[in-house]
Amino acid sequence: MITLKHVSMIFNPGTVNENQAINGINLKINEGDFITVIGSNGAGKSTLFNLIAGSIIPTEGTISLNEREITREPEYKRARYIGRIFQNPLLGTASNMCLEDNMMITYRKGFKWLKRSLNSRMRDYFRTELLQLRMGLENRMKENLAMFSGGQRQALTLLMMVLSKPDLILLDEHTAALDPKNAGIVLELTDKFIREYKLTAMMITHNMSHAIEYGNRLLMMDKGEIIFDVSGEEKQALTVEKLIEKFHQIRHKTFENDRTLLSED
Amino acid sequence: MIEGILVEGLIYGIMVLGVFITFRVLDFPDLTVDGSFPLGAAVMVQCLLSGGNIWLALLAAFIGGVLAGVVTALIHNHLKVPNLLAGILTMTMLYSVNIRIMGNRANVPVLKQETILSRVSELFGAFIPEEYVLLVFFLILALIIKLLIDMFFRTDLGMTLGAMGNNEQMVISQGVNPKTLKTIGVGLSNGLVAVSGAFAAQYLGFADVGLGQGIIISGLASVMIGEFLVMKSNRIGVLTFCALAGSILFHGVMYLGRYYGYVINMTPNDLNLIKGLLIIALLVITQSKKLKMFAGKAMVAK
Repeated sequence: MITLKHVSMIFNPGTVNENQAINGINLKINEGDFITVIGSNGAGKSTLFNLIAGSIIPTEGTISLNEREITREPEYKRARYIGRIFQNPLLGTASNMCLEDNMMITYRKGFKWLKRSLNSRMRDYFRTELLQLRMGLENRMKENLAMFSGGQRQALTLLMMVLSKPDLILLDEHTAALDPKNAGIVLELTDKFIREYKLTAMMITHNMSHAIEYGNRLLMMDKGEIIFDVSGEEKQALTVEKLIEKFHQIRHKTFENDRTLLSED
Repeated sequence: MIEGILVEGLIYGIMVLGVFITFRVLDFPDLTVDGSFPLGAAVMVQCLLSGGNIWLALLAAFIGGVLAGVVTALIHNHLKVPNLLAGILTMTMLYSVNIRIMGNRANVPVLKQETILSRVSELFGAFIPEEYVLLVFFLILALIIKLLIDMFFRTDLGMTLGAMGNNEQMVISQGVNPKTLKTIGVGLSNGLVAVSGAFAAQYLGFADVGLGQGIIISGLASVMIGEFLVMKSNRIGVLTFCALAGSILFHGVMYLGRYYGYVINMTPNDLNLIKGLLIIALLVITQSKKLKMFAGKAMVAK
């Protein structure tokens, strides 16, 4: 569905700060894939997401969606079919507005016109959908989002994104800033929604057991390259030990004395 | 005296509503206002002098203001100029444009021509005591504009504008171009400011190129006084009401300064200093309020 061909990203080219963040990546994301992405800090995971989402434009290579090239399409246009959730739970919703207003804004993608769509029918619809989160938010429709916890806001962002049925969803460590309990809830919801709505998703995580437990495909990144791409039965058979071993095996070949930055918990 | 303060407060209140939209809703500190206020005055007066329809003249002033705002937004969006600088650029250019509109004069009186205000006085002067005609008219006008703004911010587009001031990434994620939103918001704001300038010119009896000097500070002070007096709220109806009330109070304070300032050896030339000090005082008070709140929380946490 989404194809990346020879994509490279160099920040500050030609200066002392030159930094090759992504190095000639080829990747084909198939419809229905749930890909987990792991890698040490600075491996280029977030840069890869930025390239797919369109917040940055690659220095080389092309990105296409269903044979249509979107390499230079601006982020706001791609947002109509690529949904994204950030690590910061505040980025998905507006703190100074109430829950129902936030849901109305996120309900439909694309330019908003001069009409008032928020009516009792929409409110009922929002309430029914909020029941899925089991957080009691359906009774707090008029409250400002500043009053909600990070976990509640992240769950809400997730729900609203899922309801817009994007072609691809990008989850950029979306549970990393939450406490363990809320992180667990949001992760379970993510898995449930992806299955129920048959979504295509990519999820960055620092947690190897999550990377193994969730999804049908796993990418390991290092120094701007995808060094390991595994799916299907081979992915099912992975364990944390095997993953570490694999990482060491590849790492030793290429990089000496590099401290592992993958966490196991 | 009191009706003078109220009328002035309401005329400039329309400008304060515009400033409220950019500074508070869009989080886009827009200094175009200093130029778009006299622009509205100049366009209105020139249209009146050429004998056009008085309502079309007001519409022309509004459109002029919108265009000024759009220019600022375009400079900011496409040349990646910081919003403050973009506003100053447009404001500076408008100084020359305004003089040109007024036929290369810095001041154009409009005393004999029919204006909206003279028409209103004629129509309703028989029913309402003369000194209150304008007060009632501006009260109704300001309320209508306030209600229209409230309605606008309850539409999908208006809500999205509100969300952008708080969280630009969210708006991008919803597939909306924030540049378009900024253009709409800053344009609308300056349209209101120009309308305010158009009425100010009719009320004062002239358009002057210096009419807008420091107007942004008056607007900002009014917004802050309004916020200071009324409880914090996210209801747009409450916020716009606060902006209008703030404008009236601000003009009350300025009136006192102008007529009773001599008691403390103050001249009308000191008013700008007073405006600035007023804003600084309001900032200090709100800051210390916040600090107290944090201190209170820390105590509870212990």
